[in-house]
Parts: sequence; structure tokens; C-alpha cells
Amino acid sequence: MKDFIIPTDMDMGTPASRSLNTVTLTIDGFDVTVPEGTSVMRASAEAGIQVPKLCATDSLEAFGSCRLCVVEIEGRRGTPASCTTPVAQGMIVKTQTPKVKKVRKGVMELYISDHPLDCLTCAANGDCELQDMAGMVGLRDVRYEAVATHFETRHAGGDVNAQFIPKDDSNPYFTYDPSKCIVCSRCVRACEEVQGTFALTIEGMGFNSRVAAGSASDDFLTSDCVSCGACVQACPTATLQEKSVIELGTPERSVITTCAYCGVGCSFKAELNGDELVRMVPYKNGKANRGHSCVKGRFAYGYANHTDRITSPMIRDKITDPWREVSWDEAIDYTATKLRDLQAKHGQKSIGGITSSRCTNEETFLVQKMIRATFGNNNTDTCARVCHSPTGYGLKTTFGTSAGTQDFDSVEHTDVVIVIGANPTAAHPVFASRLKKRLRAGAKLIVIDPRKIELVKTPHVSAAHHLPLRPGTNVAVLTSIAHVIVTEGLMDEAFIRNRCDWNEFAEYAEFVSDARHSPEATGLLTGVDAEELRAAARLFATGGNGAIYYGLGVTEHSQGSTTVMAIANLAMMTGNLGRPGVGVNPLRGQNNVQGACDMGSFPHELPGYRHVSDDATREVFEKLWGVELDAKPGLRIPNMLDAAVDGTFKGLYVQGEDILQSDPDTRHVKAGLEAMECVIVHDLFLNETANYAHVFLPGSTFLEKDGTFTNAERRINRVRKVMAPLNGYADWEVTMMLANAMGAGWTYTHPSQVMDEIAATTPSFANVSYELLEERGSVQWPCNDANPDGAPIMHIDGFARGRGQFIITEYIATEERTGARFPLLLTTGRILSQYNVGAQTRRTQNVIWHAEDVLEIHPHDAEVRGVSDGDWVKLASRSGDTSLRATITDRVSPGVVYTTFHHPDTQANVITTDYSDWATNCPEYKVTAVQVGKSNGPTDWQEDYNAQAEQSRRILPAAE
Amino acid sequence: MSPEKMTMMTNQIASFFATQPDADKAGRVADHLREFWEPRMLEQLFAHLDGGGEGLTPLALEGAQKLRATA
Ligand code: SF4
Ligand code: SF4
Ligand code: SF4
Ligand code: FES
Repeated sequence: MKDFIIPTDMDMGTPASRSLNTVTLTIDGFDVTVPEGTSVMRASAEAGIQVPKLCATDSLEAFGSCRLCVVEIEGRRGTPASCTTPVAQGMIVKTQTPKVKKVRKGVMELYISDHPLDCLTCAANGDCELQDMAGMVGLRDVRYEAVATHFETRHAGGDVNAQFIPKDDSNPYFTYDPSKCIVCSRCVRACEEVQGTFALTIEGMGFNSRVAAGSASDDFLTSDCVSCGACVQACPTATLQEKSVIELGTPERSVITTCAYCGVGCSFKAELNGDELVRMVPYKNGKANRGHSCVKGRFAYGYANHTDRITSPMIRDKITDPWREVSWDEAIDYTATKLRDLQAKHGQKSIGGITSSRCTNEETFLVQKMIRATFGNNNTDTCARVCHSPTGYGLKTTFGTSAGTQDFDSVEHTDVVIVIGANPTAAHPVFASRLKKRLRAGAKLIVIDPRKIELVKTPHVSAAHHLPLRPGTNVAVLTSIAHVIVTEGLMDEAFIRNRCDWNEFAEYAEFVSDARHSPEATGLLTGVDAEELRAAARLFATGGNGAIYYGLGVTEHSQGSTTVMAIANLAMMTGNLGRPGVGVNPLRGQNNVQGACDMGSFPHELPGYRHVSDDATREVFEKLWGVELDAKPGLRIPNMLDAAVDGTFKGLYVQGEDILQSDPDTRHVKAGLEAMECVIVHDLFLNETANYAHVFLPGSTFLEKDGTFTNAERRINRVRKVMAPLNGYADWEVTMMLANAMGAGWTYTHPSQVMDEIAATTPSFANVSYELLEERGSVQWPCNDANPDGAPIMHIDGFARGRGQFIITEYIATEERTGARFPLLLTTGRILSQYNVGAQTRRTQNVIWHAEDVLEIHPHDAEVRGVSDGDWVKLASRSGDTSLRATITDRVSPGVVYTTFHHPDTQANVITTDYSDWATNCPEYKVTAVQVGKSNGPTDWQEDYNAQAEQSRRILPAAE
Repeated sequence: MSPEKMTMMTNQIASFFATQPDADKAGRVADHLREFWEPRMLEQLFAHLDGGGEGLTPLALEGAQKLRATA
């Protein structure tokens, strides 16, 4: 082999082969050893020899249509295409013979004769494979005069050219210019193989064949396209081109960083000119996404420069005052004095803070450090409280540590997948694409969800079983599945005996075998067909590698923690832990939910999930920080709000969260915030919470700082600064200024020092450092002397807690019941183009896909209420009411309605109640008894709210 | 925290441990409260006990009492 380092994101032409057997061949005189099944094209690339190509790219299976990649192979006739020819032992390949050079020139001539020659003004100039290949094959003149072309608007004679199709720029982020298309079908295949949406087809034959999005009357926007960008990425020409590149030019430098939207944690190359971001391109070597992306990470970064972004600190004495812009010094002094005064007057525990699952690990660590060490109490919590705190409790109880057990690659080895309470195509799109790919290859899918989520039926994928349960009955359904497995003897006894406590299991088995847990019995309350449930249980227990993926539809219930434990039980009893293709996989909502939990954001846990009452752990931090730490748990977010209303909690620092919009029972949150004397919002925008704030500290985006995010697979990914913060400081610096103004005396000069402190204090991070991350790209914790390479899969030989623990999971109905006044059950969720409270995505062109929240209602329920599609309806619960438009669909079952919570105008959380998970107080977002009726428009509450918000957002002109 | 909310949260915790096989269920309730509840919430709970513990289920009551005895 040549002693030559392959540039890591070079296009190898065809995908890597997984074979463990190797084959040695000779290419242009060099010996090359590659896995069996590798293409000749890829083997050449491995040897550092690039064979010209157009229709091949290594994210897609070889197609063999362009014939540019021909080579000669000794002993074979003709000129085989290197992309579709697999290597063989002893093969002798020549990539540059007179014969193949002639074929290639001929191919290029044909392409170029039907291609506009406006390279200099083309958006892909310098970034076009057609251009590169013309250069590479040495094309110097084109001998054919094309009689008919696709790119001229008129024929030579002046007649209109029917083959000319104008540009489609309906998608807000990219254009399709058919005149430049070479019909290589890379886009079509990317949409199928990589994204799994099947939005594109090649229509027509021969000279008439064209790429089409959707049916004849569709453009890209109206087709099924979800704007993931995979086709744009795959297109070798300017046919599919980012609008940002058309506008700003081709980028000249790139920085590898991590998407700041969802818990998949996709790696991206931020491509820039100077400090101007031109585009975000999914990074091929990103281990979470393997070169794929979704519309949010790929395109929706425009919020970073939105005019709503606030870049100067602001203060005010009363929330009825307008904001006053002040210097950083003044804002920090004002805040520090105020917080210290409140503590002097109301006690050390009268203030606290909320860390953000959107900020970096380092920032989160510092916020909890400031609260514990500088505020001197444990009143720290994170918005993970309202999403995945039950995962923490449930997995810690059963397995001993609060984390998903697998990496995303694991899905490639799965045979049966249960998706419960999650909607991956909308909330975790890149994972969904990887899952769909596996399902198309034959794995089976079981969906447990009140709604017919997209995965239940989508092109070339359909669920083997969909169990449409009544919201709030997860535990009953999962316990019934366990009932079937145990009573039918389908459990993995060897695994249970080896890895768990057999006596404990016996006790559990007795519980679960009781007839009251049979699907026939539980069906009455869950609404799930007993036979379907039995079939699903049998499939999961006997179908090979079984993996469970779950989301907020599991956790956000009064029995959220119990449901997580029921999931863990299922995985243990079927032996589905500790190897690729199996496991318990929480899909995390926001980008750094895992990290925020790891970093000690919870009021009862120091970093690394160690209880504050543990003397040894406290001592580690006390020594390093030089202060005494409180051994008693602090207040959780809902408790803080309660304490505020009671008058014992007065000051709150909120970093990068919008609790007024995201937390349940808006009226209660509002009452809590109103009762506080110093609310500090540290964010990019004047969010809804800021309407009740006294201090606004401008935040920085993920493009403006260094740090790390930890995704749902425990993968610690680097976030790299690509431009200077518009507000002047990265968020960690702002926290440090505040802490120092309160006497902390911190001296960090770079987030890597914070990571060093995390590693020094937290055993599961012991070997993590920025140097390691530079070297490896990313690492999955635990990463310490026991796991120096990190841990893609957990609990391989034993559980973190020793033996896995089976927990009895009795179904207990939520207090939230339907009745005559509120006969319907509301459940909430997300859609693809928007993210969480929408503060970022609403400030991008993604609004084109989701301009407002709508209420999904079943035709039957709509008819009874006289509601037609698109009508304004009033949605009321015992907590409050709001209005929004209805959309009639059988995606929801009768008796169930559904909405999203991306827009503040809708205020879906006015409706949700303050019921919560028994163990963690994670709010019960997913079940609210409601009534729906016709309405004329926004309710009084919405109008009052908007008036207050407008009033509160006034900013005084800056003083001279 | 309203007394109703407090009793409901305590009862919810007790209703989980009531289903568990432990001999000392009240002890588990007490442990859970100790692990997750902030001192002023516990004080409020204890004050409620003094007032007779109205609305608490028997196991919730026993757990809360047990916690106070060891606090
Ligand atoms: S953007 Fe994605 S979904 Fe849309 S056509 Fe391209 S590959 Fe398909
Ligand atoms: S649009 Fe691009 S990728 Fe698709 S067929 Fe045309 S040239 Fe190939
Ligand atoms: S939002 Fe999630 S899936 Fe989409 S690019 Fe970002 S990390 Fe990947
Ligand atoms: S690259 Fe091999 S045929 Fe197109």
C-alpha cells in the first residue's frame, strides 16, 4: 500500500464493505488490500488513485450509469465500470489506458454538449464535479453540435425549446435548475437510500428523462420533500444548489462542529468565507449522522443573525418598566448586588438557577457550580426536568446509570424495533432515516403510540404492529407485553440468571403473570387490541436482536419513571442488552439533554449522577472549589415556582431556556415568575420568560463558542467557534462574570479548562479532554481507565449497578381523567421543521412549513362538534383555554386530540396541568382532559397575554 | 405549594412503593422524600402532619412520619 494519508472526507466513490475477509489486488502497479465486496473504484481510492466518476458517490450504492469510471482489468474483455465491479483476489487493474481514456472523453463530450458553458458565473464554480471531470479527462473540445438541448430556452431556429424547464426555487433553502442536470440520479438515490423519503423520481426515458419532485403538478415545496438536503449534497452539479451559496459564493474554509438542535447530535462542516457562514454541510465522519442531516441543522441557522437578536445587556426595576440598555459591567453589578441582597433578606436558599440543555457541557457545569458554590445552595435544575428526568430515575434504578445503552450505529444490527412515545421522523430525523434504512432491509417495527405516527406507514416501510393506546396507559401496555412474554415462556432465562437476580425476577414474574395484566384484561382501559399486542410481544421476544427507542411520550406522564422501568424490564427479560442491535435508547429532545443531566444540573445530584448527600463526592468538589456544599437536595423547577408563590424563593437565573412557554400550566409559571424579585434571562432573544425578567443578558449561538455537546448516545462532540460572539461574550464567560461579581474568583480562559475540571471530578469523564476529542473526533462516556476508548455499548459484561434489577410496574391511572366537561384527551408533540419552543426555528424560513400550531382531531369528534377543517376552535382544560385552528385527520384516534407547542401565540401549555411524574415531577404533558368547541379567534387570555408581552418587550433608546 | 398539591405528590410516591415487594414500604417512601425533596418542602409536609395529615393515604402518612422521626 502507498504510504500516503487519505484525506478523511474524500469521496471514495462507493460505500465501504463490511466484510472481514480481505482481498489483495494490483491497481496501476500498486498492491492494495481491501475487504471483500469493495468496488474496484473504492479500492483505487484507498490506494490514492482517483478514477473519474459522475454517477457514483460513497454515500450511495453504485449505479453504473455514466460509464465515466471505466477501467481495464487483465483477463477481462472490454472496459468494465469500476464502481460496479467488485474486487477479486489477484486482479490486475489499469485505470489509465489509451482505451479507457478515449471512452471517458467520449462520455464527457456527450455530457458537455448538452450543458450550458457558463461555468464562470455558475454558483457551483469551483465546486462542481462535472467541471472537475472535464478537467480530469482532459476534454479540450466538443465535437458534437447538439441538435436539441435541455438548457437553451429557444432552438437555433427561434422556436421555444419544450425541453427547457425553468428553475424551481420553491424550497426556501435550495434551487433545482433542470437545465444543468446530467440525470445521474444521485439525488433520487440519496432521497431513497439516505433520507428514505422517496420524494424524487426520474421521469421519462432517454433524452426525455428528468428529475421530478412529487407528481407532475408538484414543485419541491409541495412534494413530499422534507428538505433534508441529502439530494443537494449528492448532486455533482449546480442543479440542486443551496441558495446561500448562490447568494454568497463558494466557501473557502470549514470548521467541524455539532448541530445545536436535537439529541441526535449531527456533526457538520460549517463552511465560511472569512467569518461569513455560507452553508452547513453534514460531516461524513460524524459518527452520529454518518454524513446525513435534517432541515434544521442543515439550513435553519438564520436565527443567529435575526434582527430580533438582542446583543446588549438590559435591566429594569419592574417588569412593567421598559428595558434599559446598559453596559456589561453595569448589568453584572446590578444582578450580583440584587441576588446578594435577596439572599441577605430572604436567606441563602431564596435564589437559584436553571441550566440549559441547549448550552454546552462546560456552560452547564459552570452554572451548576455557580449555584452550588457561589449561591451556596442546590437550587439548580434544568429543562431536562420537563422531558427526561424519568429516564434518569428509571434507568438508574434498573441498570445503575442514567443513559441510553447503545450508539446509533447499533440500529444497523437490529431485527425488531419498538418505538414507543416517540416520533423520530419529526423529532430525530437523522436517526429516523437510519432506522428506516434498516427497516427497508427487513427489520420489523412495532409502534406504540396514540397517534398513527409517520413511521406506521411511510414509503417502503410499514409497522408490523401499531398499538394505538389511550394516552396515559403506557405502563398497562408494557406490563401486558411482559405478561405475554413471561406466561408464554419466551424470556431469555440464561440472560436473567447471569445478569440479574433470579429471585427478584421470580417475584416480578409472579406479579406480571397475574391475569389482570393479560392483554385481554388491560385492553379495556388501553384500547389496544389483545391479539395485536400478543403478536407484538411474541415478535419482540423471538425476532432476534430487539431494540427499544422511546421519547417524551414515555416520560411525560404521571407514571413516566415507572414506564422507563417497564421498558428496562422488557429489555432484560428478553436478553436484549450488552451487544450491538439491542438496548434501551432514550431519544433526547434537545441537543444537550444528556450532557445537562451528566453535568449535575439536577438539584439532588452532583456531576456524574452522585447524590448530594454522598460525603465522599461532596468532598471531591469541596476540596477543589474551596467551599462547603449543601448536603440536602435543592428545589426542582416546579418546586421553585411553588416556593416563589409562597414567598420564599425570590431570584432566578435562567440560561437558554424559556420556561414560560415550555413548562406546563402557564398560569402557574407566570404566577411564580411574577412573585420573584430578580429574574435573569440569559438568551438570544427576548423570549416569553423575559416578559417577567428584570435582567436580560444576551447569549451567544453555538457558532460563536467552543465547548462540547453530549448527544443521546452519550457521545461527546466538539462545538467549535466559527465566528466571534455578536454579543461580545460566549455564555460561559457571562456566567463567569456573574459568579465572579458574587465573589467566585474563577480564572478560566478557555472551555477546555472546564472540561479538565469535569474530568478531574467525575469518574465517567476521567479521560475526556479536548486533546482526546481532537484526536478521536468524539467519544462516548464512560471514558476512563476502564474504558479508555469510551463505551459505544454499555452493560456488556455486567450492569453499572452490578445485577440488573426488575421492578414491579403496577399501572396506576393518572388523576387527570376525562369526564363530561372535558371528554377528550389532549396529547402534545413536535413537528420536523420546528424545534422545541421554536425560538430559533420560528426565526428562520422553516416557518414556511409550519406557520402556526394546529389541533389534530378525528373526523368523528370534529363532526359531533360541528368543526370543519381549518376552523378556529377553542381548546379548554381545567387549567385554561386557548384557540387555534383545527385539522381533521385520522392520525389521531377518536377521543384523542393532538397539538404542537412551537408558537407562543397558541400557548398550548395554558391547557396542560401541573400533574407530574410521581418520582421526578416531570410534568404530565402527554395527557390532559380537554374539550374542543368552535370559536371565532384568539381567547381573552391570548389577547391579554399578547398585550402584556408587547408591553414588556419595550426597550428604551440607549442613553447617550 | 398548595396543601392539595403536596398531599397529592406524597400520595403518588406512596402509591408506587405500595406496589413494591419491600417489607418496609414506609421506609422506601421516607427515603424517596429524603432524596428528592428540598428541606422547605419537607417542613411543609411535617407541618401538615402536625395538623393531622389530612388527605394523605395511610402509607404516605406512615412514610412521612418515619422520615420525620429520622430527620
Ligand atoms: S431535500 Fe431530502 S427529502 Fe427533499 S428531495 Fe432532497 S433528499 Fe429528498
Ligand atoms: S439533479 Fe443533480 S444529482 Fe440529480 S440527476 Fe440531476 S445532476 Fe444528478
Ligand atoms: S436537528 Fe437533529 S437530526 Fe437534524 S441535523 Fe440537527 S442533530 Fe441532526
Ligand atoms: S461512476 Fe461508475 S458508472 Fe458512473
